[in-house]
Amino acid sequence: MTKRLTHFVPLFAAILALATQAACAHTQSTAYLTFRFSETGIIGEWHLALRDLDDAIGLDVNDDGRITWGELLSRKEAVCAYALSRLHVWGDGHAGLLHIEDYLADNLSDGAYVVLRFNVEGIHQPSRLELDYDAFFDMDPKHRGLLRLEHDGQTLLGVFSSTTRSQVFEFGLTPARNPFFTFLKEGVWHIWSGYDHILFLLALLLPGVLLRRDGSWQPVADMRSAFVKVLKVVTAFTVAHSITLSLAVMGLVHLPSRLVESAIAASVVVAALNNLWPLFAEGAWMVAFGFGLLHGFGFANALRDLGLQHGQLALTLFGFNLGVEIGQLAIVLVFLPLALSLRHLLFYQRFILRFGSAAIIMVASTWLAERVLDFKWLPF
Amino acid sequence: MGKIALLLFAVFMAISVRSEPFLPKDESQVLETLRSTAFDPADHEIRSLRALLSAEPGNVSLACQVARRCIERSRREADPRYLGRAQAALAPWWDMPTPPVDALVLRATIKQSQHDFTNALADLDLASRLNPGNVQVWLTRAIILTVLGDYAGARKTCLHLAQLAPGTIALAATASVTALNGEAGRSCALLQSALDGNSFGSGDEKTWALTVLAEALERLGHISEAEADFKAALALGQRDPYLLGAYADLLLDQGRAEEAAKLLNNETRADGLLLRLTLAESALHPRPATCDAHIAALKARFEAGHLRGDFVHQREEARFDLHLLRKPHEALRLAQANWRVQHEPADLRLLLESALAAADPGAAQPALDFMRSNRLEDVQLAKLEQQVNDKSKAVP
Repeated sequence: MTKRLTHFVPLFAAILALATQAACAHTQSTAYLTFRFSETGIIGEWHLALRDLDDAIGLDVNDDGRITWGELLSRKEAVCAYALSRLHVWGDGHAGLLHIEDYLADNLSDGAYVVLRFNVEGIHQPSRLELDYDAFFDMDPKHRGLLRLEHDGQTLLGVFSSTTRSQVFEFGLTPARNPFFTFLKEGVWHIWSGYDHILFLLALLLPGVLLRRDGSWQPVADMRSAFVKVLKVVTAFTVAHSITLSLAVMGLVHLPSRLVESAIAASVVVAALNNLWPLFAEGAWMVAFGFGLLHGFGFANALRDLGLQHGQLALTLFGFNLGVEIGQLAIVLVFLPLALSLRHLLFYQRFILRFGSAAIIMVASTWLAERVLDFKWLPF
Repeated sequence: MGKIALLLFAVFMAISVRSEPFLPKDESQVLETLRSTAFDPADHEIRSLRALLSAEPGNVSLACQVARRCIERSRREADPRYLGRAQAALAPWWDMPTPPVDALVLRATIKQSQHDFTNALADLDLASRLNPGNVQVWLTRAIILTVLGDYAGARKTCLHLAQLAPGTIALAATASVTALNGEAGRSCALLQSALDGNSFGSGDEKTWALTVLAEALERLGHISEAEADFKAALALGQRDPYLLGAYADLLLDQGRAEEAAKLLNNETRADGLLLRLTLAESALHPRPATCDAHIAALKARFEAGHLRGDFVHQREEARFDLHLLRKPHEALRLAQANWRVQHEPADLRLLLESALAAADPGAAQPALDFMRSNRLEDVQLAKLEQQVNDKSKAVP
C-alpha cells in the first residue's frame, strides 16, 4: 500500500489545487475569425494565438522560450500553410480560394496573436456559405474559433468547437444580389450622380433641336431631323465610351484617374463653348465620339472602385454599361420633349442655350481647376 | 430569454475583438513569452513525452503520463491550455464508456476543473467500482464533494480514503472538510500536530497542508497565525497560484493592498491573480497607471469567456463586477449563478456581499441557510450575516 501511495503522490497535491483551479485559470485557447462581405467580394481576418501556433507547428525557432517578430516572420510560410489547411470556405457549393494579403501581429488581452488578412476568391455573393474550421482541436479540444460575419449590414456570429467544426449560413437570394443587376443599378446611379456626364450630355443636347444657319441658331423644321441629330450624338457617345470602358476594364489600356477626370471636366467646358462659338456646328456627333472616348475611362475607374468580379467580368461590364445607357436614355427622354416644344421660342435660342452653356462652362471650369490642382471647392 | 442572450452575445462580440493589428518594426521585438526561462525541465519533459505519444497515440500508459504532466503544469502555471492538451492526450479514451481506470481518473480530474462536476463524479463512481482500491479516486471524489458543499458525502469519502491509505494525505483531506463543518478548531490542531511532526515532507503535500491550515485559521480570525502559515508555504518554493491568491486575499481583507500588489507583481497571466492584483491597485492612493489597463484586460477576458460559452469564471467575474465595476446587480446575478454550481466559502461570501450591495437581502437566504446547517465557522461570513440580518429587519 505504501508503495502505491508514493506512486500517486505527485498527483495528489495537483488535484487539490485543481479543485479550485478556476480561481486562477486564465483564458483558454481561442481564435477570432472575421468575414466581411461587400459588393467587391469577401475579405477575412484571422487572429491565431502565438502560443497555439507554437504548439502546432513550432515558432520558437531558437528554443529560448520567447517568440520574436523575426521568428514569426521566418515561419510565415508554415503559419500560412497551417492556417489555409485548417479553414475551408464554400459558397453555393463552390470552393473559395483564400489569398493571404497581410501578415501582422496583435496583442489581445490574453497574449500575442498573428493576424492573417485574406481575400476569398472564386465566390461572389453566395446565398449559402459554408465554413469548415479545424484549427488546433487535435492539440486542445477546448479550443474555440469565434466567428463574426458581417453581411449586408448584419453581424452574424458563430462558435467553432471540436464538436461543431462546420457552420452554414443561408442568406437567401434577391435579384439585387445577382451581379448583373447590381452593376446595372450601379451604372444608372453613376450617370445620375456623376454631374459631369449629365452636363456633358446636356451641353451636346442643348443645340440638338436647332440648326446653325448664317451665324445664328434656327429651330429645326421637323421633329424627325431633331431626332436624328440627337440620336447621332447619343449613339456616338455610347459607342465611344463603350469602347474605352471595355478596353480599360480588360486591362488593355490604362490612364491615370486624375488625368482622366481632368480631361472629362475639360470636355464639358469645350462642349459648352462650342454652343457659344461653334467650331463643329453640325458635327456635334464627332465631339460626342471624341470626348466619349474619355468618358469611357471615367466609367472604367468608377467600375473598378466598385470592385470587378473576376470570372464574371463580361457580365459585370455588360451590366454596368447597360446601366450607363439606361441612365443616359432617361435624361434624353426627359430633355428632348421639353426642348422640342420650346425650340421655336427666342427665349430658348437666346436664353436657355446661351446662359445654360455659360453656366455649364463655369461649373466645369471649376471642376477642371479642382481636378488639375487637386483641391475641393464645389460640393458636387 | 434566448433573444436577450443573443443580443448580449452580439454586444460582447462587438467589443471583444478590440484589436489593432500592427507590423512590428524590429525583428528582435519579443511578441510572446512561452516560459520564464530558456530551459524549463518540466516543459522539456512534456514535450518529449508528447513527441513519444504522437508516434504511439494508442499507448494508454504514455497518454496518462502526458495527461498527468499537463495537468500538473496547468496547475503550476494556472494555464488551462495544458488542460486542453491533457484532454487531447486522452482523446482515444475521452468518450469511451469504460476506459482503463487511470485514464478514467484523469478524465474526471479534467472534467472537474472545467466545472463539469456531475460527469466527473460519474467517472469517479465508475472508477471506484472498477478498482475500489484506487486511492486517487477517493481523494478526488472527496475534494469535488467539498467544493459542492456536500460535507457529509465528503466526510464519508474521506473515511473510506483513510481506511484505504491511512496517513497524511487522508488526514489533510479530512481536515479540509471538517474545518468547514463545525470542527474548525479541532481540524487546525490535527493539521498543526501533523505538520509539527514533519509528516508532510517538504514538497507539494506540505504546501497543501499549510494552505488548508492557513485558510482555516483565517476563517477563525487568527490572522497572524494564518499569515505565518501562508508565508511558510510560500517559503517552500513550490509555485502555486492558488496559494498566492489565498494569501493575497488575506492581505486585501486586512487592508494591506500595497503588500498584496507587491506579492502579485507581474502575475498578469492568470485571471484570478490579475483580478487580485487589480483589486489591490484600485485600493492604492494614488492608483497605479496599470490599474485601468488591467481592468480593461479582465473585461476583455471575461467577454472572451462568454463568447466561448465558458462558465468557469463566474466567481471571478462576480467579484470583478462587484468591486471594480461597481455593478452590484450584475454581480448578484453572477454570484447566484455561481452558487448553483459550487459552495465554497468564497462563493458564499460573494453571494452575501453582492446581495448586500444590491440591497436585496433576500437573495442571501440560501447562503445563510447553508452556513447554519453546516455550522460553518468564518468571521468574515459571520460579519456579513449580521449585516444581512440588520438589513432584513430594516426592510421588512
